[in-house]
Amino acid sequence: VNTLTHSPHAHAPISVSKVMATVMLCLLPATLYGFWLYGWPAVFLWSVAVTAALLSEALVLRIQDRPVRTALLDGSALLTAWLLALSLPPFAPWWIAAVGSVFAVLVGKQVFGGLGQNVFNPAMAARVMLLISFPVEMTLWAAPTPVTSAHAPGFAEGLDITFGSAQWDAMTSASLLGHVKTEFTRGTDLFHSLPGFFSTDAAAWGHRAGSLGESAALILLVGGLVLIARRIITWHAPAAMLLGVALPALIAHAVNPGRYLDVLPHLLSGGLMLGAFFIATDPVTSPNTGRGQFIFGLGCGLLTWIIRTWGSYPEGVAFAVLLMNAATPIIDRYVKPRIYGRDQRGRALAVEAGK
Amino acid sequence: MKFLNRFKLRGGVHPEGRKDLSVRQPISSLPLPAFLFVSLQQHIGAPASPAVQVGDRILKGQLIATGQGTVSAPVHAPTSGHVAAIGDYPAPHPSGLPVPTITIEADGEDRWLDAETPADPFSLSPEEIAVRVGAAGIVGLGGAAFPSAVKLNISRRSGVKTLIINGGECEPYLTCDDRLMRERAFETIEGIRLIQLAVGAEEALVGIEHNKPEAIAAMKSAAAGTNVKVIVVPAMYPMGWDKQLTRGLVGKEVPAGGRSADIGVLVHNVATAYAVQQAIRYGRSLVSRIVTVSGGAVGKPGNLEVPIGTPAQALFDACGGFRETPVRLVMGGPMMGHEMTATHIPVVKGTSGVLALTPAEIGQPQPAPCIRCSTCVRACPVGLLPLEMAANIRASDLNAAVDLGLKDCIACGSCSYVCPAHIPLVHYFNFAKGELAARERSKLKQEATKKLAEARNERFERIAREREEAARQRAAKKAAQEAAKKAAEAARQDEAVT
Repeated sequence: VNTLTHSPHAHAPISVSKVMATVMLCLLPATLYGFWLYGWPAVFLWSVAVTAALLSEALVLRIQDRPVRTALLDGSALLTAWLLALSLPPFAPWWIAAVGSVFAVLVGKQVFGGLGQNVFNPAMAARVMLLISFPVEMTLWAAPTPVTSAHAPGFAEGLDITFGSAQWDAMTSASLLGHVKTEFTRGTDLFHSLPGFFSTDAAAWGHRAGSLGESAALILLVGGLVLIARRIITWHAPAAMLLGVALPALIAHAVNPGRYLDVLPHLLSGGLMLGAFFIATDPVTSPNTGRGQFIFGLGCGLLTWIIRTWGSYPEGVAFAVLLMNAATPIIDRYVKPRIYGRDQRGRALAVEAGK
Repeated sequence: MKFLNRFKLRGGVHPEGRKDLSVRQPISSLPLPAFLFVSLQQHIGAPASPAVQVGDRILKGQLIATGQGTVSAPVHAPTSGHVAAIGDYPAPHPSGLPVPTITIEADGEDRWLDAETPADPFSLSPEEIAVRVGAAGIVGLGGAAFPSAVKLNISRRSGVKTLIINGGECEPYLTCDDRLMRERAFETIEGIRLIQLAVGAEEALVGIEHNKPEAIAAMKSAAAGTNVKVIVVPAMYPMGWDKQLTRGLVGKEVPAGGRSADIGVLVHNVATAYAVQQAIRYGRSLVSRIVTVSGGAVGKPGNLEVPIGTPAQALFDACGGFRETPVRLVMGGPMMGHEMTATHIPVVKGTSGVLALTPAEIGQPQPAPCIRCSTCVRACPVGLLPLEMAANIRASDLNAAVDLGLKDCIACGSCSYVCPAHIPLVHYFNFAKGELAARERSKLKQEATKKLAEARNERFERIAREREEAARQRAAKKAAQEAAKKAAEAARQDEAVT
């Protein structure tokens, strides 16, 4: 018999690795769909990201003399790399994924003290670092060429795209948000830049250039809903983030449809779905309470819309999330649950005179 | 029809009930053990003081120890026989430390003391009911073991509108209240009406979780024609937390630091109501209770009516012994119960269950880092931030934990139960509470020492002052005498001159 035991003498059948595994399971369909759309290069890029993350995690744990196996098996490094890979251009060179993953694990997480200690979402921190450091590689998108289509890169060709120096200029295409931004700088409004480039159908099915996570927006939405149903995440942050983008988009588009994108293109583009359901819900870097998470999500959404609309980068999810990550301690300080028998400020409720 | 304020309920978890192990077993008795170990500290408050001597012959229900002070309860003989020993015996407490205990050797006759009983219990005055409840040694049988008469008196004086009877039994495994309500519903309802009479409550509401349909049906039919209402509440843990039940049934919260009576509510457990009925109707003191014997390691789990003081081993023996070696023995439920260090620990008035658990059931793997998932925040029925409190306690910042509401924590274990990182949150909180209590004690001690030192200094000063005063008075007296002498001398000389 253990000499130091304490209640409760029972535990829910849940663990950190089960939480991570459920999240990954919900990412899997979107990822496989992305693999089908972009073929071998996407598979290679994902594999490089995951391998680099696991290796750097193992290295750090080794240096710190902490048990490597248990920490690797919790799945957090794998999940970070996975999310990063979903946000990268699928035909990016291998070192983009490698540098990003190493940065995410080392600087994004372990420098702060490991799992649970980091202030910023590691995957988004890495993505922003990559975007600022390697703007060319990070904004070169390929049009989807499903594995079954004629121009799909084969295995060898895929190896060459990811690890070699294959020229795939013929396949480049702009993402919707990038295209709109570029056209604006040339003075073209949405009435002229959008037709022929965006259709809701194609966007919904992912038949347009983008990251793995952008193309599979609807599948990610379903995955996110499953996470909510499984009670791994709550609805607060995702709903608020979508609302934060949709609401200003709705108003602005109604005011000036030539200047401001409509709600649907916003919701189905960029990393919004991935961000709302899988990034803004990162437990470590988001607030503790439902109300706090709602405020956090709303902030992420509004900032995303602002950066997309007026910023110099076409996409703003990663920036928005990092900014709100920085605000999380403040939100947690001011938004706390009301304690039983006390008011919101922690004072005891008054004893009723009349009962 | 009472509207259930479900939306006001917060937090809570849904642990695996495991009640099916024992719920179909009717309440049965067990062979009377040869020795009973009756603890004198079975309740919150001062321990009882022995009223018998070694060798005395006693009857079942006879007073063997009297309550001490305002918050205490007397203890009665659970069977007839003689007092074999008065001394220390291990208590059902995690420490396993010994407490004053009266050991009774049973004579096997189990003969009750003749008691005087009222012809009509409902003709008794409220004060009389409270006196009888106090004399019968009844304490809260839900686990807290607070002397019931004290609660009745406080409530009667401050006025109570609603009597709430707790039939929640939200702890997993435990089925003793469920069986009691199924099998002894009429007695329980009568007990409820007696408590209602004792405090003058307008209404009496019995809250029963919806996972006990048989108990609900039995209680409803027993309550028909009375003004006791049975209300079905959602099955979740900790529904049986008295303040949670209050929030659910009357939609009001007990102010922090206050009592239920502050909002016109009194909460008692169903088993307490039954004990009250037995005491008032039949003059029977609280000398036995229903205990659930369960857990994966128990051969044939069941519900036993057990004399107070029976060693846990006798309960397990009566339930088919162990089918496998248990890794943990628990007294109470798995969420809030204490570990028993040995099976010779005796049953006390607050014992609702004894459990023998297997490794698969306790499931406490190594803790992992907190991922701030805030599952604990959602689970907390009080509205605390367990993860932040634990982080502060880890960093030895107990004051920060107190600011976050540590003292409002009820140690229900919901947070620890759901934590995916298996962090022993309740353990942290209990440690911090103990540490704070120790600090408080040492502060009081320091203050007392300081006061004593100050008093000593003052006394010395006073003595010095008094001495000075006396010396001064003596000097003044002397001076006065001198002056008088001189005056007399002068007068004489004057006389002589003239």
